[in-house]
Amino acid sequence: MDWRYFRRRATNVFNLTGSVLATLFGLSWLFWILWTTFAYGVSAFDWSIFTQNTPAPGNDGGLANAIVGSVIMVSFATLIGTPIGILAGTYLAEYGRTRPIASVIRFLNDILLSAPSIIVGLFVYELIVLRVGHFSAWAGAVALAIIMLPVVIRTTEEMLRLVPNTLREAALALGAPHWKMITLVAYRAALSGVITGILLAVARIAGETAPLLFTALNNQFWSTNLSQPMANLPVVIFQFAMSPYESWHALAWAGSLLITLSVLALSIIARTLLRKARMEYS
Amino acid sequence: MMNLSQDVAVDTGAMSKIQVRDLNFYYGKYHALKDINLSIAANKVTAFIGPSGCGKSTLLRTFNRMYELYPDQRATGDILLDGENVLSPRADVYRLRARVGMVFQKPTPFPMTIYENIAYGVQLYEKLRRSDMDDRVEWALQQAALWDEVKGKLKQSGMSLSGGQQQRLCIARAIAVKPEVVLLDEPASALDPISTLKIEELIYELKRNYTIVIVTHNMQQAARVSDFTAFMYLGDLIEFGDTNAIFTNPSNKQTEDYITGRYG
Repeated sequence: MDWRYFRRRATNVFNLTGSVLATLFGLSWLFWILWTTFAYGVSAFDWSIFTQNTPAPGNDGGLANAIVGSVIMVSFATLIGTPIGILAGTYLAEYGRTRPIASVIRFLNDILLSAPSIIVGLFVYELIVLRVGHFSAWAGAVALAIIMLPVVIRTTEEMLRLVPNTLREAALALGAPHWKMITLVAYRAALSGVITGILLAVARIAGETAPLLFTALNNQFWSTNLSQPMANLPVVIFQFAMSPYESWHALAWAGSLLITLSVLALSIIARTLLRKARMEYS
Repeated sequence: MMNLSQDVAVDTGAMSKIQVRDLNFYYGKYHALKDINLSIAANKVTAFIGPSGCGKSTLLRTFNRMYELYPDQRATGDILLDGENVLSPRADVYRLRARVGMVFQKPTPFPMTIYENIAYGVQLYEKLRRSDMDDRVEWALQQAALWDEVKGKLKQSGMSLSGGQQQRLCIARAIAVKPEVVLLDEPASALDPISTLKIEELIYELKRNYTIVIVTHNMQQAARVSDFTAFMYLGDLIEFGDTNAIFTNPSNKQTEDYITGRYG
């Protein structure tokens, strides 16, 4: 009798210890990465990175053109990817639901979600860069939009599915047409969740390097012309980190810290919103 | 037409608002309602009672064609609203739902302010000036006996109200469209006894202006609020008639067994 309870407790302790250790093992890498980024990044951090452009080797400089370039391309990618993603997610959750075509779309979307980003970069290289004849920020924004798309589709669909069916029925019972029910009731109910999805998608593309290597490339100078190559943080970090120059290394660390902090901030905002969304319809 | 009016409701001296004729209903292959015939009296409260799965909510949801949202559900037969067949493909479903409002089991306030909750339905049919809309919102909230509790906080979210208040908000929202019939699908089953009492008093008030059909699990509730009661079992309408008669002197053995608590 007692022996049986002792065994249960022992198994429990054993499993609990095991899962705590596994969690610590996983998390330790994350904290190691964060620690290194912060240690090197903070020491390399200087306000001049916001005011000066990327320097030639051996010179002083900053990351201003890369920061602005990243912001521009991520913004345009969001402008392209978000409406398409929300519309597709709406189709899956509201209109397609039970139709076979919806499961096909869902399946393809899942594949796109896990597609290596370098393949998306090559695709846009073929599609735009080769045809136009040169690298451009437009191509970069399109590549980022394609990477963003499946994330937005997924979260939009999932958040709309969290909206209880009784709420839809209530709106339709008043005689509202389907599209009015969706835009005035379902979207409002799912709003914080959908915004969360967009924020997470922005966080995802903010650090993407591979698709930009083939599309926007890089630019040593200040440029806001979307038809020309444009500087951006991930590619600058990649090039500077690979270089033999000490001053470039420092800028690469500062850039990494900047991206890490932005992604962290976006994720925290997204989490807070998501908790709100879940609480409303628990 | 003479034949159509030979129904229970007419016998008791009330005008018939809805007539259900040979209604059958299917969930996919499952035959959920079998040859239902009954008549809903105008400006009266008609209650549908019966054990879970008997089809009472299903019947209610045919009156505003709510079932159409789900592709595998279908109904055959006629439902006449003032003599017009609402199940006919030519009948406009939006017009139907403007005339036949519905309140659900769980309160379903929209994620917007109390004011917007009421205005939402009205805007679908009418272009009102701001002041007229204000009046309409106040009128609907007063009809639903909610005005005094919310008049100072119309800009607050409808979801911040208590469960009972939310349900009255939903009733106000349905009434604001000025329907002729109000369908109540177990409107008090998720509420506490005091809120339930308020809803029941409200139903009693509302039947002056509206025809009310209520589905309820609670037999005392049916006895308290309704003028006519339909007892259903396994998709059949077993007995339909005056509420007093059904509860004091049921003519059917099954009805008697159910209301005396022998099954259900």
